[in-house]
Amino acid sequence: MKYMLLIYGDERVWSSLSQEDMQKIYEAHRAYGEAMAKAGVMVDGAELKPVATATSVRFTGGRPRTVDGPFAETKEQLAGYYVIDVDHLDQAIEWAERMPGMTDGTVEIRPFAPVLAP
Amino acid sequence: MTDPTPLIERVARTDGPGILATLIRLTGDFDRAEDALQEAYARALMAWPREGAPDRPAAWLNTVSRRIAIDRLRRERSTAMLPADLACELDSVDKAHSIGDDRLRLLFVCCHPALPPDTRCTLALRTLGGLTTREIARAYVEPEATTAQRLVRAKRKIREARIPFEIPVLARLRERVEAVLTVLYVVFNEGYLCTDGRALLRPELVSEAIRLARLTVELLPGDAEAVGLLSLMLLTDARSGARLTGEGELVPLDEQDRTLWDRARIDEGVRLLDSAVARRTPGPYQIQAAIAALHATAANESATDWPQIAALYQALRVWTPTPVVELNAAVALGLATTLENALAGIVRLEARLELSHYHLLPAAKADVLRRMGRDVEAAASYRLALSLVTNLTERRYLERRLASLSKS
Repeated sequence: MKYMLLIYGDERVWSSLSQEDMQKIYEAHRAYGEAMAKAGVMVDGAELKPVATATSVRFTGGRPRTVDGPFAETKEQLAGYYVIDVDHLDQAIEWAERMPGMTDGTVEIRPFAPVLAP
Repeated sequence: MTDPTPLIERVARTDGPGILATLIRLTGDFDRAEDALQEAYARALMAWPREGAPDRPAAWLNTVSRRIAIDRLRRERSTAMLPADLACELDSVDKAHSIGDDRLRLLFVCCHPALPPDTRCTLALRTLGGLTTREIARAYVEPEATTAQRLVRAKRKIREARIPFEIPVLARLRERVEAVLTVLYVVFNEGYLCTDGRALLRPELVSEAIRLARLTVELLPGDAEAVGLLSLMLLTDARSGARLTGEGELVPLDEQDRTLWDRARIDEGVRLLDSAVARRTPGPYQIQAAIAALHATAANESATDWPQIAALYQALRVWTPTPVVELNAAVALGLATTLENALAGIVRLEARLELSHYHLLPAAKADVLRRMGRDVEAAASYRLALSLVTNLTERRYLERRLASLSKS
């Protein structure tokens, strides 16, 4: 069963970190990714650029319109994600609890919908 | 043969939840499990009058519903897997899980933190308690459609997020224990005092809640509140033999024949409570158990240690300041001091909106007024309580009280 772990946090907190502290968190993510790979659950993962770089294509009545900014302006922003393949929700929760750099913030766990047969 | 419906209903009540729990584990899906069990009941309705009821009807339903579930899974997956493989697979799944308890697993699924808190009790009452959606809706005073919708969403979440049918590891048990105890207490209370229905008690719900509480204590022997809850259940259930007359009429605590109380249960409850309190991590279940213990060990009504009970209710208010606890605290304080105090406390609570549909508030007020000899006001309060009560046994009790007033 595939789950996406969506990492939400306050960008301002992240950008105010010292170079050294950021390096520590990147290091922790590398170790985390390696642990996932070793456990055979790692599918994919990436950090996302800040929401200032976001572009949204909004649809109204079927008509697309390109606008500046993220889907919603919120206190916490989507900062990155992992995709893991585990047996069930409790295992996904265990990985989410080990997410590096989470002093505050949220990791949302979303199961993948099955791919429909053609 | 006679109509098998009463027999099927009885077996459904006593053994249905256990069979369902195993079917959920086998099929990995609540809806599939429920459908298979319903189909088994339907087949029993057809087969039993023709062939005679089986000697062990629960075992019959267990086997038949399991076969139905496997057949259906086989049909769904027939393109992907050969039937023989599937049967083997299910058998091995079954053997791997033969140790342990499916209903305990089901309890932990119902209490999973990924489910909203109000959903957990609903799901537990439906699956572990075997209550119908309508009965749960009445218990929560909500439209049946709301209850049904909540159950549908919960089952979908369990299926789609894949909440495991497992007893969590110890580290996780601790974070879930509070939810588990809450759900067990709700199941117990529904068995001890049904919101709906003709009978006051559902003994099978009470004994199942006690059984699961024992298993929870075994899983978490160090948890004082788990022990406290088990103690509370035993001390409360110990009085069940004296709560009803031979005609099924409710007997209030102060009029119960205490020789009918189950001494062995009281002793076990008190012993458990002592061991819980010795851990020095107090909590609401231990406090309620302590209150129940004071009632259970008093030689008679007048020997009851009301000052101590009133003090415990004050402590309980700190943990759970619910209107119901406030009501009990007010009454206990009154019995420890003066009836005027009790009345003043109840009147203060009448202003609280969340108690406006709670029949025990006017019932308690009526009792205090009756003891004070203010019969006319007492009668008015009994009438108000009667307009709110949903349980028939409680209704008859209130009617008797009202009738005895007008006689005097």
